Amino acid sequence: MPSIVSIDGLSKTYASGFQALSDVSLEIGQGEILALLGPNGAGKTTLISIICGIVTPSAGRVAVGGHDVVTDFRAARRMIGLVPQELTLEPFETPMNTTRFSRGLFGRPRDDARIEAVLRELSLWDKRAAQNRTLSGGMKRRVLIAKALAHDPTVLFLDEPTAGVDVELRKEMWAVVEKLRARGVTIILTTHYIEEAEAIADRIAVINRGELLLVEEKARLMQRLGRKYLRIELQEPCAAIPAALGAYDLDRSQDGRFLSYAYDTQGPRTGITGLLNDLRDAGLTLRDVQTEQSTLEEIFVGLVKERS
Amino acid sequence: MNLQAIRAIYLYEMARTFRTLTQSVVSPVLSTSLYFVVFGAAIGSRIQDVERVSYGAFIVPGLIMLTVLTQSVSNASFGIYFPRFIGTVYELLSAPVSHVEIVIGYVGAAATKSLIIGLIILATASFFVPLRIEHPIWMIAFLVLSCVSFSLFGFILGIWAKDFEQLQFVPLLVITPLVFLGGSFYSVSMLPPVWQTVTLFNPVLYLISGFRWSFYGAADVPVAVSLVCIFAFLLACLGVVWWMFKTGYRLKS
Repeated sequence: MPSIVSIDGLSKTYASGFQALSDVSLEIGQGEILALLGPNGAGKTTLISIICGIVTPSAGRVAVGGHDVVTDFRAARRMIGLVPQELTLEPFETPMNTTRFSRGLFGRPRDDARIEAVLRELSLWDKRAAQNRTLSGGMKRRVLIAKALAHDPTVLFLDEPTAGVDVELRKEMWAVVEKLRARGVTIILTTHYIEEAEAIADRIAVINRGELLLVEEKARLMQRLGRKYLRIELQEPCAAIPAALGAYDLDRSQDGRFLSYAYDTQGPRTGITGLLNDLRDAGLTLRDVQTEQSTLEEIFVGLVKERS
Repeated sequence: MNLQAIRAIYLYEMARTFRTLTQSVVSPVLSTSLYFVVFGAAIGSRIQDVERVSYGAFIVPGLIMLTVLTQSVSNASFGIYFPRFIGTVYELLSAPVSHVEIVIGYVGAAATKSLIIGLIILATASFFVPLRIEHPIWMIAFLVLSCVSFSLFGFILGIWAKDFEQLQFVPLLVITPLVFLGGSFYSVSMLPPVWQTVTLFNPVLYLISGFRWSFYGAADVPVAVSLVCIFAFLLACLGVVWWMFKTGYRLKS
């Protein structure tokens, strides 16, 4: 897969002294969907903003389609569409006018047929003459996408497309992304939801405290991140883990009331049925059972430890 | 040069003007007409001619300047401040446009709007007082230069302002007093000698003086000085705008 966005040694320190990015390098392939996964304040938006020209890098280079985003900004930016995190739309304008404006701003001649196609694709055609302020949150988000697509970009950045959006709209947004992928648009989206990255991305880049921790194919990463824990509360505390359960690699709490079993959600078998059967055979009575998933935060801690 | 972008910004800004026609055009025209009724017709008839021009006609250039300057500053400052305030400025910053194109689009639209208002006021004035324009080309030149340079100044203000209060502050507390004290309603020769000297430090005086000269052929200060002043102001504004974009001042971090 040829690279379309190439990030090399990118760093950003804001005037306040806050270092938002440190030495980030990343190649993004043509036509892929890359999810930048990280907690709030990890540097995801800063990274996107530098590529799009909103923030000036402190060090490093970015090229889009071979064009440097600083020295050859016109050619680079013509290829880029950006959907910002905040729902920023001029309240008194209409979807039609704002989208038409965006196309012109990016140097494309007026083409109402193209604008109509974009608005229809995003189910906004019926609302083309409504004032932006009267639209629902989901529609506003789609107007922002329409604006970003108005000049037919080859690379689309979606900054937290589903932050603060309900489940239904999130699904709708994923469907939009899927459609764009079918058209061959390269998509880079930021998110702090593992499920979102899992649902739509081809590759996942994990970023925390301005550092790129890893970039991996989704399937492989999910295997690593997809660990869950079965927490078993016993009716009576057990003094030691019965030898018959040795194969499960259980953890016993100090007071012996709890047993914990780690398993892989992505594996062919989780081993839960077997464990429960063996617990019964070992004569242990269960009081309660619950499952826990390692949080993103824990995963980051794990990743940082792994690297150092 | 991204001509499409200039066109898009210009038309978008002009569309805003026409969408808010009452507020942007009708209200300045109405308030100026009130000045004509009060100062020109009512009070003016009791005031003797100034430099062989009836008082009502004498104040026309000053009144046009008063409106053109305040409108240029507030239009241009609002035009760029509003996207910053609501956040849509991200699009401008991420678009394949240079600073020059952004300035031409925004300042061009603001200047066009104040030019239109200035011409409407001129036409309105001709209904109230007998008008005479001795140097029509110079009149247009002064008008256009004032519209452009003060729109540039407004653009700077719109980038500098951190909130709406700062945005209002300069037109209300700086431009309006300077225009009133710059000889809109009187000739500098009518002032006591001390105040005549003080007035010479008011940059707007040179503008109004030159503009009035294009109407009636009489000026408070030499026309060449007026022209030098307005060009100096224009260059200063261009310099500041260039610096703002170069450093990303209050636009980019």
